[in-house]
Amino acid sequence: MATQVLMPALSPTMTEGKIAKWLKKEGDPVKSGDVIAEIETDKATMEFEAIDDGKMGRILVPEGTENVAVNEPIAEILGDDEVAGATPASKREAIVKPEEARPSAAPPIAPPASSAAPKPLAAPAPQESEWTGATASLTVREALRDAMAEEMRRDENVFLMGEEVAEYQGAYKVSQGLLEEFGARRVVDTPISEHAFTGLGIGAAFAGLRPIVEFMTWNFAMQAMDQLINSAAKTRYMSGGQMHCPIVFRGPNGAAARVAAQHSQDYSSWYAHVPGLKVIAPYSAADHKGLLKSAIRDPNPVIFLENELVYGATFPVPLTDDYIVPIGKARIARAGDAVTIVSFSRLVQVALDAAAKLAEEGISAEVIDLRTLRPLDAETIVASVRKTNRIVTVEEGWAYAGIGSEIAAIMMEQAFDYLDAPPARVAAKDVPLPYAANLERLALPQTDDVIAAAKAALYR
Amino acid sequence: MTTRRNNSGPTDGQLLGMYERMLLIRRIEERLRDDSATGKLPGAVHLYIGQEACGVGVCAHLEETDWVTSTHRGHGHFLAKGGEPKAMMAEIWAKRTGVCKGMGGSMHVADLSKGILGANGIVGGGLAIAAGAAFAAKLDGNGRIAVCFFGDGASNQGVFMETMNVATLWRLPLIFMCENNQFSEFTPSKEVTAGEIADRARAFMPATVVDGNDVIAVWRAAADAVDRARSGEGPTFIEAKTYRIRGHIEAEPMMLGGGKYRDDVEIQEWTKKCPIARLRAHLLETRTAPAAALDDIEASIHGIVTDAAAYAEAGEPADPELGFDLMFAGARA
Repeated sequence: MATQVLMPALSPTMTEGKIAKWLKKEGDPVKSGDVIAEIETDKATMEFEAIDDGKMGRILVPEGTENVAVNEPIAEILGDDEVAGATPASKREAIVKPEEARPSAAPPIAPPASSAAPKPLAAPAPQESEWTGATASLTVREALRDAMAEEMRRDENVFLMGEEVAEYQGAYKVSQGLLEEFGARRVVDTPISEHAFTGLGIGAAFAGLRPIVEFMTWNFAMQAMDQLINSAAKTRYMSGGQMHCPIVFRGPNGAAARVAAQHSQDYSSWYAHVPGLKVIAPYSAADHKGLLKSAIRDPNPVIFLENELVYGATFPVPLTDDYIVPIGKARIARAGDAVTIVSFSRLVQVALDAAAKLAEEGISAEVIDLRTLRPLDAETIVASVRKTNRIVTVEEGWAYAGIGSEIAAIMMEQAFDYLDAPPARVAAKDVPLPYAANLERLALPQTDDVIAAAKAALYR
Repeated sequence: MTTRRNNSGPTDGQLLGMYERMLLIRRIEERLRDDSATGKLPGAVHLYIGQEACGVGVCAHLEETDWVTSTHRGHGHFLAKGGEPKAMMAEIWAKRTGVCKGMGGSMHVADLSKGILGANGIVGGGLAIAAGAAFAAKLDGNGRIAVCFFGDGASNQGVFMETMNVATLWRLPLIFMCENNQFSEFTPSKEVTAGEIADRARAFMPATVVDGNDVIAVWRAAADAVDRARSGEGPTFIEAKTYRIRGHIEAEPMMLGGGKYRDDVEIQEWTKKCPIARLRAHLLETRTAPAAALDDIEASIHGIVTDAAAYAEAGEPADPELGFDLMFAGARA
């Protein structure tokens, strides 16, 4: 599937720039790390790298073009056997690590199911909500921003705090426009002091506000683990119910691309382990929006795990400022009856890709998008396994004591008599995530891993 | 209670109020000490004996709506801020009649209705939380202020610097009240603390060092700090030099197994500097109150402590039904 490359923002203030030079022509093979273009602003010239292997598709903006707006599609990257213009491009942004000013093209993640071409044997996925009204095509990034903006309009006690959230509009541009609308009182840039601003958010929540605390990535939240666990999760309990902690901690979780082990960890099972926290890890833009709104309204501490690689993905989102998705409900992302594949966050897409390929071989896989990890919607999983008698869990974290382990245990307890094969866990390899692209790919669950696990569960 | 810059000191009524409150804390702690020694009291207690002037001298300036965060040695702050002795005693006894329904215990006594955001079992755990309460007060413009009580041990935690930085940047209505009781658990603080703690704070804000066993000195320092906080001038740091008369924890002799980390002579010297005895002498010397009036206070406190202990002992144990239901606000999740 073609991936659109968007004009990157190379600095906090950049709104447009010039395509100085294309270093790859249409049809040229592209390797991860290859410089594909030079981008110029009034301040500097930057090299623009590809982030994965593929082939240059159409160049949409010729070199020499000035005043190209940030986020405008400038080219396509194709998979190895694709033909330029043959498939509608999925709109996906370049991944820009602002602190590095070395943006690169997005990895070729397949597009969301909702925009994918019809696939053989795919049963229609039940719609989560009863929403039948109009939808808008929004990125996950925009959906998150809209959720926050709507809740801040609705409740003046809601405010956003974190590193780079105000002036810079978010390290991953999630808080675009919020400073302008709500002012510095309610959109607050913090120093790089995770322990202090996490505790500060919790104290503000105790005192009656409803903070949203953004972690630039969840990797950095380990600095604040004491406050997250000892203060946010436990205080209501230890105070005998007197004190409340209505707060949302959010930010990107899991692997991005080529940022090595310290910036790539999936913390899902860490937080899901702790009583007193609610843990959400959505995939689609609509779910990001509806669940973030629920999280902000929830009177308890909520851990909201996003994913950098999904921020730029586009999905239909209900056109309303009151779209709520309940916490604790899984979604059948694709119906099937031969094997159940359970996933969450970015790997829902991998699960859906696997299901599509399995369908080509006549295997009907049901894909469950958990969306919430705690409280876990065991009922939906059990109901599916009663039908399929086989289950594969897919997660980006490590298998050991992971979400898949918990689900496997629940299957033993609640669906033992319905299983025709041992539960299978697809997870990251048991190593810190490697930096090298080839090793990174080997360490993270890929579509083929899911297909192999599903077939093994079917003894095929 | 209003305060003025360059205050002339507490009124006679305020002095008597502080005397009463310090004595209440002392007698409650002594009762806990005795019940712990006889094995009657379950659980660990860290006692505030010797440090009463620190909590009382500061809280004398606070309204019920102001916020405090406290430490693992938090009974004194709870009582100084107006917490109920009975409710606290029952909490320490793990009874459902306790202020936290017996779910928190000694290290987590909290009373939201009195602005007491809780004692805290993590050294330095309350610093950023107090800053958050101060942030909320500033955002609401409700005129409230917050005080974080912490010790010399917490001043060696990184969050101490982080919190001073944001509090100063954002001019939070916050008071950093460092009670330097000279021990980080079983280690003399000077062995693990470089330089003067107040000097660390001076990089950020006005900082003052006071005799933490002189309640009038603490009261004066706090008056200035409260005044700065209420008038939007930002945070202030107070280091009160005091001394922990009891061990880190009441089970200490057993834990040390005969070992020692300080001289008995040192303890005796500091016992002579007792903040309550000093205030009593001052009240008598200045004829603020006759001995008989002070004895009446003592007698009434004896009654309060006896009642609180009886109430605690008589209470029902913690309620198993609450064991799960307390976890989330709203529906059980």
